[in-house]
Amino acid sequence: MKVEATKCMHCGACVGTCPENAIFLYEVALTFNDDCTKCGTCVKTCPVGAISMDDD
Amino acid sequence: MIEMRRKCDVLVVGAGPGGSTVARYASQAGADVLLIEKRQEVGSPVRCGEGISAEWIEKYDIHPDPSWTRNKVDGARVFSPNGTMFTVNAENAGDEVGYVIERDAFDRMLAERAVRAGAELKLKTAALGIVKKDGKVVGVKAECMGERFDIEAPIVVGADGYESQVGRWAGIDTTMDPKDVQSCLQYRMVGLELTGNFVDFYLGSKVVPGGYIWSFPKGKDEANVGIGLQVSMVKEPGDAKKYLDKFIAAHPNIAKGQTVEMVAGAVSVCAPIDRTVADGVMLVGDAARQIDPLTGGGIANSVKAGKVAGEVAAQAIEAKDYSAGFFQRYEKGWRAIFENKLYRDYMAKEKLLTLSDETLDKLVGALAEGQLTKVSTLSVLQAIKRKYPELVKEFESML
Ligand SMILES: Cc1cc2nc3c(=O)[nH]c(=O)nc-3n(C[C@H](O)[C@H](O)[C@H](O)COP(=O)(O)OP(=O)(O)OC[C@H]3O[C@@H](n4cnc5c(N)ncnc54)[C@H](O)[C@@H]3O)c2cc1C
Repeated sequence: MKVEATKCMHCGACVGTCPENAIFLYEVALTFNDDCTKCGTCVKTCPVGAISMDDD
Repeated sequence: MIEMRRKCDVLVVGAGPGGSTVARYASQAGADVLLIEKRQEVGSPVRCGEGISAEWIEKYDIHPDPSWTRNKVDGARVFSPNGTMFTVNAENAGDEVGYVIERDAFDRMLAERAVRAGAELKLKTAALGIVKKDGKVVGVKAECMGERFDIEAPIVVGADGYESQVGRWAGIDTTMDPKDVQSCLQYRMVGLELTGNFVDFYLGSKVVPGGYIWSFPKGKDEANVGIGLQVSMVKEPGDAKKYLDKFIAAHPNIAKGQTVEMVAGAVSVCAPIDRTVADGVMLVGDAARQIDPLTGGGIANSVKAGKVAGEVAAQAIEAKDYSAGFFQRYEKGWRAIFENKLYRDYMAKEKLLTLSDETLDKLVGALAEGQLTKVSTLSVLQAIKRKYPELVKEFESML
């Protein structure tokens, strides 16, 4: 997944909604681990549209 | 800085209202408590509309103080899609009237109370995982200022908020259906023109599908204006912001203001979850999905549950029993206080979501005309029933 750093507000909305518990937020750093299935729930949850699917 | 402690009785993860309350009551009862918070500052940045009702506060030994009670409101107003307004005020609300608070100051006050009660607070300390021994939770993996280490504790309390991971690490299912999550965005605005000192809620499919927009006054020309949008209704990324901006543009009195702070986040609006404890673990507040599904408010419930969890943690230390069985005292304790309300409000929310704009107009109209002398879930249902009995059929058992 791709996070646009200048849009992300570090709110944790995606973290709590991720069905795989694959996202972690530490202050301003948002990271995805290998459990991510690219289901897209975080893309929809982000209030400001900072997350998108990456193509690789 | 003193070397960080690596061992305690009760390890509380997260210094929000839930965690600080757990720490306060567990310490008061004699337990050795370590409260860890990954942020560098308790309470900030704020992720909240900052509205609370007044009636519960004193019961938790919290005394309204100007350092955090920013504005005492006159009541609440609900606006239907065509602008029909229903007002709940001090006379007919009883307990629903409340404050708009300074949430960062409120959270710091609760953390200070915990510290004064004897708890140790460690900032910039994140829980990264759970430590298990023979299948039992015996602590957490933590990180502080670049250093990683384990903290041993027979009891771990997950008060780590909406983004909670402690529960999931411990095998407690806290995942939600996207229809039970609200994606939220809020602007703190100044210079707007308020039409009263009320917390306002705006409903309607054009305002926001499956959610509402709120305006909570912080002063004469200052308010938190925010939106909660059901995640399953999102069509394009960033829809929450689009709906909020559109709403503000359509309300000249609000559009006059300027945004001085932006807040994002999510709230759970699910039915109460089945389990909030495991061997060695209790979950409190947003981590336990204890937010009220109708209002999206979660501060009060996290404090209420926090007190029970703190007291039970201290009892468990005394009894040297950290099993899920012992923690039933917490499970039953918090449910006795507010589980019924969570269910009732969940049903009400589910019903609201099925109503058309036209029906919402009728419903708010019926309430506005109803001249309720006392506003409660029951009196609201009764007022609707008098005019539109078909709308409350599913709630018959509650009437
Ligand atoms: C936009 C918005 C508006 C809201 N408006 C209102 C409102 O008007 N009224 C109301 O009552 N409620 C409101 N809520 C809900 C309310 O904010 C929450 O219910 C409340 O904060 C719950 O308290 P808590 O202690 O459970 O969690 P939180 O206050 O979220 O505290 C959790 C803490 O844990 C920390 N943490 C998380 N993970 C870790 C980790 N791994 N290690 C260490 N620390 C960690 C976090 O940094 C945080 O400080 C709103 C929520 C949002 C998003």
